[in-house]
Amino acid sequence: MNAMPPPPIALTVNGQTHALPLPPATRLSAALRDTLGLTGTKIGCDAGDCGACTVLLDGAQVCACMVPVAQAAGAQVTTVEGLAGTRWGQALAASFLHHGAAQCGICTPGMVMAAAELLARDATPDEAAVEAALGGVLCRCTGYRKITDAVLDAHRFLDTPPAPESGAVGARIPRLDGPAKLDGSERYGADAAPADALWLRPIRSPHAHARFTLPDIPQFLAANPGVEAVLTARDVPGRNGFGIYPHIKDQPVFAEHTVLYRGDCVAALVGTRDAVLRAEFPVAWVPLPALDVTAARADGAPLLHAHLPGNILTTGRVVSGTAAPAAHTARIAVQTSFVEHAYIEPEAGYAQRIGDVVEVFASTQAPYMDREEVAGVLGIPEDRVRIIPSACGGGFGGKLDVAVQPMLAVAAWLLNKPVRTIYARPESMLSSTKRHPASITAEAGCDAQGRLTHIHFDGDYDTGAYASWGPTVAGRVPVHASGPYRVPQVAAVARAVHTHNPPSGAFRGFGVPQAAIAQEALWDQLADAAGLDRLEFRVLNALRAGDTTATGQRVEHSVGLLACLEALRPHWQALRARAAAENARGGALRHGVGVACMWYGIGNTGMSNPSTMRLELTPDGALTFFNGAVDIGQGSTTVLHQIAAEALGLPVVVFAHVNGDTFLTPDAGKTSASRQTFVSGRAAFEAGRALRADILRRANAGDDAALSLEAGVLRVNGASLHLHETLRAEGRFDPPTVPLDENGQGIPYATYGFAAQIAALAVDTRLGTIKLYRIVAAHDVGRAINPTLLEGQIHGGIAQGIGLALMEEYIPGRTENLHDYLIPSMGDVPPIDTILIEDPEPLGPCGAKGVGEPALVATAPAIYSAIRDATGAVITRVPALPHRVLEALRRG
Amino acid sequence: MAQYLPVECRANSPYARKMDAYFRPMSLPEALDLMARHRPQPLAGGTDLYPWITGAEVWGPRPALNWLDMSGIAALRGVSATRIGALATWTEVAEAALPPAFRALQQAARQVGGRQVQNRGTVLGNLCNASPAADGVPPLLLLDAEVELASAAGTRRIALSQFILHNRRTARTPEEIAVALHIPAQPDVESRFEKLGARKQLVISIAMAAGLARWDGKRIAQARVAIGACSPVARRLHGLEAALLGATRDEAAQIIARLPLPELSPIADVRGSAAYRAAAARDVVARAVLA
Ligand SMILES: Cc1cc2nc3c(=O)[nH]c(=O)nc-3n(C[C@@H](O)[C@@H](O)[C@H](O)COP(=O)(O)OP(=O)(O)OC[C@H]3O[C@@H](n4cnc5c(N)ncnc54)[C@H](O)[C@@H]3O)c2cc1C
Ligand code: FES
Ligand code: FES
Repeated sequence: MNAMPPPPIALTVNGQTHALPLPPATRLSAALRDTLGLTGTKIGCDAGDCGACTVLLDGAQVCACMVPVAQAAGAQVTTVEGLAGTRWGQALAASFLHHGAAQCGICTPGMVMAAAELLARDATPDEAAVEAALGGVLCRCTGYRKITDAVLDAHRFLDTPPAPESGAVGARIPRLDGPAKLDGSERYGADAAPADALWLRPIRSPHAHARFTLPDIPQFLAANPGVEAVLTARDVPGRNGFGIYPHIKDQPVFAEHTVLYRGDCVAALVGTRDAVLRAEFPVAWVPLPALDVTAARADGAPLLHAHLPGNILTTGRVVSGTAAPAAHTARIAVQTSFVEHAYIEPEAGYAQRIGDVVEVFASTQAPYMDREEVAGVLGIPEDRVRIIPSACGGGFGGKLDVAVQPMLAVAAWLLNKPVRTIYARPESMLSSTKRHPASITAEAGCDAQGRLTHIHFDGDYDTGAYASWGPTVAGRVPVHASGPYRVPQVAAVARAVHTHNPPSGAFRGFGVPQAAIAQEALWDQLADAAGLDRLEFRVLNALRAGDTTATGQRVEHSVGLLACLEALRPHWQALRARAAAENARGGALRHGVGVACMWYGIGNTGMSNPSTMRLELTPDGALTFFNGAVDIGQGSTTVLHQIAAEALGLPVVVFAHVNGDTFLTPDAGKTSASRQTFVSGRAAFEAGRALRADILRRANAGDDAALSLEAGVLRVNGASLHLHETLRAEGRFDPPTVPLDENGQGIPYATYGFAAQIAALAVDTRLGTIKLYRIVAAHDVGRAINPTLLEGQIHGGIAQGIGLALMEEYIPGRTENLHDYLIPSMGDVPPIDTILIEDPEPLGPCGAKGVGEPALVATAPAIYSAIRDATGAVITRVPALPHRVLEALRRG
Repeated sequence: MAQYLPVECRANSPYARKMDAYFRPMSLPEALDLMARHRPQPLAGGTDLYPWITGAEVWGPRPALNWLDMSGIAALRGVSATRIGALATWTEVAEAALPPAFRALQQAARQVGGRQVQNRGTVLGNLCNASPAADGVPPLLLLDAEVELASAAGTRRIALSQFILHNRRTARTPEEIAVALHIPAQPDVESRFEKLGARKQLVISIAMAAGLARWDGKRIAQARVAIGACSPVARRLHGLEAALLGATRDEAAQIIARLPLPELSPIADVRGSAAYRAAAARDVVARAVLA
């Protein structure tokens, strides 16, 4: 067939017609984004599974990634950019912001487009109609409930502009970075790059373990015009390795000779997009035997990393106390699976070299750590690396490790041209880190009254091919293995074991959710044995202020677990009564109610993790907040503003904001370990206080003076104050901790989050399916800086807990897309009651501590507790897919 | 005139080595002529083809593909109680006024993907794609649907049960287009679709069944049952249908629970074990027939 230029396609988008000289099979999404620059339409999978690309085609919602542009010709295409200008678009935006229905915002354009289709035919839909209309869009952040509320409520926002808010601490202000997420103007990793950027395509191993030989590269380049370079291990100018820990840079940018997991990168093609994507790059693979945890721990097993005997990366231990006699004992063995973060935004970004500086724009949770990695692989000082975080379309721990950054930086550095890349969904899934699968055995006892006597916990955590956050997980798990309870004797060991699996890294909870499944199941068994109600058993044993933990730490303040349990008690009784009534009717559906508690140390384990925040006020009244904490959707930008504003005494609206740019903002540390509200919040509070003190000193005013800043004029108690110089104030906070010794004794965390959750559900005893009716979550957050955002975190954590409990199982080679790897859809998340307990933490800003991870930990154990309540089945293989529920039922 | 558009895999590039062709004929005769000459891949809603492309490009470039976009052919449209055209989408089927025996098909239509997929994906595409988990197959087996295949050489009709041969294999020759489904007169009985999956929306079936029962007083006077995802091709269970004749509700439940079902050969995959499928199959059948 002869190449002749295709006739242009007439595409009408948001009322404007364009003649596009595109191949007719081009995906409509690509035409919108790449040709028309309408990047508000997002790409999460290119396969119909996520719905992020939803647009309207003649008023009907469709996935733009599956529409050939030829079929859109002649139709009216509406994208989020077009919707934003309409009445419904504005009402939806206002309602989404009011309800906190956009977190990271990557799913938001798809959600509002689907909602627009619905509202055009039914302005006041019911919940079932919302679910039917929006069920094709996945959200990984919100747990969907607030999205449903926002759509149900949208009609109330028609023609009503939102009222401005002061944003005091405790106020439910809409997220400050929200509007850009609603009109499609937010820039994620794939949404911006220099026009002349080259394209980078990583070449990855399809084998879990293999030796390989690359093709002859000069010959390959000669045969593939348009490919400008093939980068391999030899081309990495600095250290060909990265990793979270300063002394473990074990993951190569490009593997040398041997690959250690399916997805390991061996080379990268750089050139024009078409050329690199179309080139056949024939690598010769010699597959080698691959080790799983059992094989890796067997005597004489080959070693993945020669210096790690037994393939054990790290062992974490907490041993304390002496055993009291137990009247009842219980034991359990649990096996969990790999869990994929499944952020809807795949990894993406670009790098460019500007003189002797390299700039990297990418989606990340940890700009300062990215800077260290990029400097390391380039062999240049850190101050010559500029990390500019894009908006982050979901992280959950997965974007704490670098992904695109090192290769893009190497390419841009060597070629001296801007270079970009966007991972496809399968590439994102097979290359990125996962939640550790854990093989846990645990045994515990209580006395005749039900008081816990001991817990013994042993966990092998499959840390995969490279270290990543494995040591963090192995360190954190033993500390949390006894849960938030008084347990006189604890012996807990967790090992991070290397295998030829994908690297396991950080994922909301760092190994604690897996441990909580085992430990809470033991409590249920012991409560039954002791003849106690399961909730009252937990009340009896709950950690209280003044108690000493298994690491020897006396927890004096902000131990709100008892308050959480007491707040749950009426719900517990009502839901139990309802379940009993349902069960009295008989039938295949068995109803049950479960409860579980959790605690979570905020910040790094026994390690310094400081944050610095800066405020500047210029003589012409420009107030700028230099905030290095990346908002990955959880809302840190808004919360830190609220705290800084409260400390300073000015409303949030007067702040300008510079976020996360390593050339402009001080180091706030990473967005992980639920630390930003607590650690960076305290730093922001200190910065606000310092600036306030400076202003008051200059105005010679007292502590209770009222400040205002309007039209560039700063007033103190109504009198204008002219500044002759720019005021700069920094706040820094590093939570006080003491490293753990070889028995795990020390002060691992300065404060802990506590929670208790109830799950109410029905088990279909013939099919093994689970229908969740309700979750009630009580969380001690210290102080609720912004209750709407907090609820959003709790809902989202619960949704991920539901996924962990019931459906998520990443199997290399088999569930590498969002079709086969299931995350909860809209209909899988039941109504959630959130109860916020405020037991203030004196170290925290205004008493606050973190909630990001605590939200998830208790959910899976509460669900399993309810399944056991309903049927007697003890779930020991995670996730509880229908066939496993039935198997557990048969075991009894 | 058919548009004849040579294109590359992704976009214009002087380095193209692999070329796609894209035909968008406006009439069936033109389309059949192109099918005979180029044997392109028919394209309807693209909800199987585009995800296939994404999967095929994971480890490198995909093979070239010639497309025949059927969307311009008016003769392929339409939904009625006797005919479902090749371009009929799930949404069109769900929203059409159809007799009660079509209820299972309409219920299935609202459980295929989300609205985005239902608005684009076609029922015939679902059959031609021939996944063992295709939700359209059991409800249409229930209706004794026939597939009308057309090529430049002529047309033929073939029972749906003969059309799908195996996992991803049909009786369609590379020159043929499936132009429509034909449905004979149906009993005036409401059918029902039961789908079993591990999440609420956007889920591929672990097992699914379509069933209908006409009752004569307390006894079954006519029964039809079809089940999918428990064998390489969804199957009508004629043996079970015969065994159910004359049964009361309780007897029927016993028969469904016990009767050997040689038609089924469930496999284990990421969604469920073989033993689980074999047991669950009987349950979804019972719910489809007796609910
Ligand atoms: C997110 C998502 C969820 C899904 N969920 C489900 C589900 O729950 N259950 C389910 O059954 N399916 C599901 N599907 C698949 C379903 O959408 C498709 O099977 C759809 O019905 C196929 O129709 P189409 O028009 O999109 O086909 P296309 O993608 O256009 O074509 C599919 C195949 O059939 C061929 N073909 C199409 N029409 C004809 C014809 N008339 N003559 C000859 N060959 C033809 C094509 O060449 C191609 O090989 C899902 C898909 C996605 C993306
Ligand atoms: S990008 Fe289109 S559905 Fe995910
Ligand atoms: S807000 Fe929905 S995916 Fe992040």
